[in-house]
Amino acid sequence: MSDEGLRGPGPNERILPEGRRNDQGIRIDPEAEAEHPPERTLLSALVKNEPGVLAEASGLFSRRQFNIESLTVGRTIDPELSRMTIVIEEPRPGIDQAKKQLEKLIPVVSVRELDADAVQRELVIVKVNGEEPDKVNAITQMYDGETLDAGPRTITVELTGDEQKIDDAIDAYEQFGIRELVRTGYAALARGEAPTARVKQPNKAPTESQVATQEVSDD
Amino acid sequence: MSERASVPKEDEADAEAEPAEDETTDEQPAQTGADAVATALENAGVEYLFGVQGGAIMPVYDALYEHDEMTHITMAHEQGAVHAADAYGIVSGEPGVCMATSGPGATNLVTGIADANMDSDPLIALTGQVPTDLVGNDAFQETDTIGVTQPITKHNIFAQSPDEVGTDVGHAWALANEGRQGPTLVDLPKDVTQTETDVKPGKPETPDTYNPPTEADEVVVEEAAKTLADADRPVILAGGGVIKGEAVDELRQFAREYEIPVVQTMPGTGAFPDDDPLSLEIAGMHGTGYGNLAISNCDVLLGIGTRFDDRLTGGIDSFAPDADVIHVDIDPAEISKNVYADYPLLGDAKAVIRQLDDALERAPDCGDWRDQCDEWKDEYPMDYQTPEDEPLKPQYVVEKYDELTPDDTIVTAGVGQHQMWAWQYWTWKHPRTWVTSHGLGTMGYAVPSAIGAKLAAPDQEVVAFDGDGSFLMTAQELSVAVRENLDITIVVLNNEAVGMVRQWQDGFYEGRRMASEYPWIPQFDKLAEAFGAQGLRLEDYDSVEETIQEARDYDGPSVIDAIIDPSENVYPMVPSGGDNARFALKEDHLEEL
Repeated sequence: MSDEGLRGPGPNERILPEGRRNDQGIRIDPEAEAEHPPERTLLSALVKNEPGVLAEASGLFSRRQFNIESLTVGRTIDPELSRMTIVIEEPRPGIDQAKKQLEKLIPVVSVRELDADAVQRELVIVKVNGEEPDKVNAITQMYDGETLDAGPRTITVELTGDEQKIDDAIDAYEQFGIRELVRTGYAALARGEAPTARVKQPNKAPTESQVATQEVSDD
Repeated sequence: MSERASVPKEDEADAEAEPAEDETTDEQPAQTGADAVATALENAGVEYLFGVQGGAIMPVYDALYEHDEMTHITMAHEQGAVHAADAYGIVSGEPGVCMATSGPGATNLVTGIADANMDSDPLIALTGQVPTDLVGNDAFQETDTIGVTQPITKHNIFAQSPDEVGTDVGHAWALANEGRQGPTLVDLPKDVTQTETDVKPGKPETPDTYNPPTEADEVVVEEAAKTLADADRPVILAGGGVIKGEAVDELRQFAREYEIPVVQTMPGTGAFPDDDPLSLEIAGMHGTGYGNLAISNCDVLLGIGTRFDDRLTGGIDSFAPDADVIHVDIDPAEISKNVYADYPLLGDAKAVIRQLDDALERAPDCGDWRDQCDEWKDEYPMDYQTPEDEPLKPQYVVEKYDELTPDDTIVTAGVGQHQMWAWQYWTWKHPRTWVTSHGLGTMGYAVPSAIGAKLAAPDQEVVAFDGDGSFLMTAQELSVAVRENLDITIVVLNNEAVGMVRQWQDGFYEGRRMASEYPWIPQFDKLAEAFGAQGLRLEDYDSVEETIQEARDYDGPSVIDAIIDPSENVYPMVPSGGDNARFALKEDHLEEL
């Protein structure tokens, strides 16, 4: 305590350090100004089949403002485990953060980022006007689709494929008038022998039974 | 930390004597899910529970009737229960337990759970729930507690069956405690707790998917050690993880051996003693000028158990701009979340500091840097004026209280200017003595947390610094302190305002004091007396010591209504998102920023 008041020069008179970090927290050469552009990334998560696990994962993505493109979930051959395929578009630090946050959830057994060559497919069901059944059928055949329902006024078909193929097919169907469509979002597995679920991780080691079931479900 | 009351009851002592093979439990009365909950808590060594009774949680309370090794503290409000349990966890190091009924009981816990989540405090919340056949029907006092608390818990569990509920509670306790600590919640439908089960819960265990890291990667440790040894201007930034990870001794030894200056975050306060020559005390928005300058100018920053909160970093682009960052953390998601880590050391703070110590071949040659830090200490001291003709300065009250009490006195605080003055002007020497709401900034935290802290450490003095606005939010918990005859002192630094808001309005909103002045508050000394506590009023410098002594001498809770200078503000200050090297030491400086 003193009576002389606060000492020290004002902020403008102080010597400041020269370098800077960018707004992603990375120290950079101020001349270079490197930034990470968003990337499209496939994440595959193996999760325990507990109630609320989907809500937990999707809630995590929304509240942390990760830009999610699609999210699918379904059971594996182990009835206790489900696999989620999540497509996000984020700069690299965001992708890493999304993976790590997802991995922190207790019901999550494994999270892995899949390579760009992963086997990935989406299913779409399209309901078009049925006035020209022959033409609709021709396009369905061109895109290796299947007719699920055909009536006097509507025809419903299913197609699977990657994003480009499905977008193209939808373009082609537009001439008949698309009444409704539904897309499932991506399901994906790592290509070849590479396992989709990484089992050895720094912060999670599944039990023996989980490793065993993963091997089965990954084969 | 605290000694647990672990005197087994006679019949249990017998059961322990004979190993578990003997399954003749015929003479035991059938137990319910609620008994399993209570047994699981007992197995975890729980001593105190903080809560409020209610319809859906009644079976659990009924089961606790038989468990007199655990003491239930009935609080005035569920928010009081969760803050008390939170503080109990901070001070004892082991999960505090709070409980509430369904619906409003559970939602009243939400603020405190979110608070514990932000500060990684070990906490379990047990909430009653309507019977499972009514769940989803908007039944009386029903809330989707799992949904509400999912974003603010480390993990939460909806108890599905009386056979598993004991394991659920064990999981919750273990998860709250292990790895990066945090709050967990178990939602207990009334039918699950009322139904009979013959499954006896065991010791708490984490689920098999949870395996936090222990030791950091050796290669990165080697690289980090090399970088640190070559540093010219190194700084250690000690976060709350140092205290939570019980790594205080390791940190102190490490810093002293290699003579590296140490700055602490707000949750890390107490990790390194303020009176050590290497201490630069505290950093961030209201940290010391020298602490902030050291971080801004360092070339290697060793951050241990810190999540680089924005109140600490200010603008990310100006935080430790020249530094190689070595980041030690037990939570992989904290690495490079806010500040990119050049050397990520994923692991337990205690173990990783030892690893670094083993790998570090020599101390960095940084005598000049330490001299520079000392110069900054002289140049920008924590200081304030005390003219006799002006009303009492809050900093003076804090300093005097500190002088008069033992080093291990526990200080709790609400949120606002009083919290910052307590933080800045107390001389911190021990871990687990600074108990406040860091990340969430919860007003009203001081009084209930003082109750939890005192029960966790009955032999230590406890003082709660509160503001008038903050005190009004949970003043009803004073009734609990009186009922339990807890020897705590609450110092209300009373400036008839929510002072921090008013300070910002004066600084950044052209002095438009919208809804920040409280000229209608009660006399807190009289209010204290109405509750049955000792009430004291403090208005001038001459009676500061005497009033503090009177409060300390009183056997029970005292409230000092300290009427302070309403024009006093908190400095140093870095405006939100600003550059920490550009701190204001007084009002005039704000205009330069």
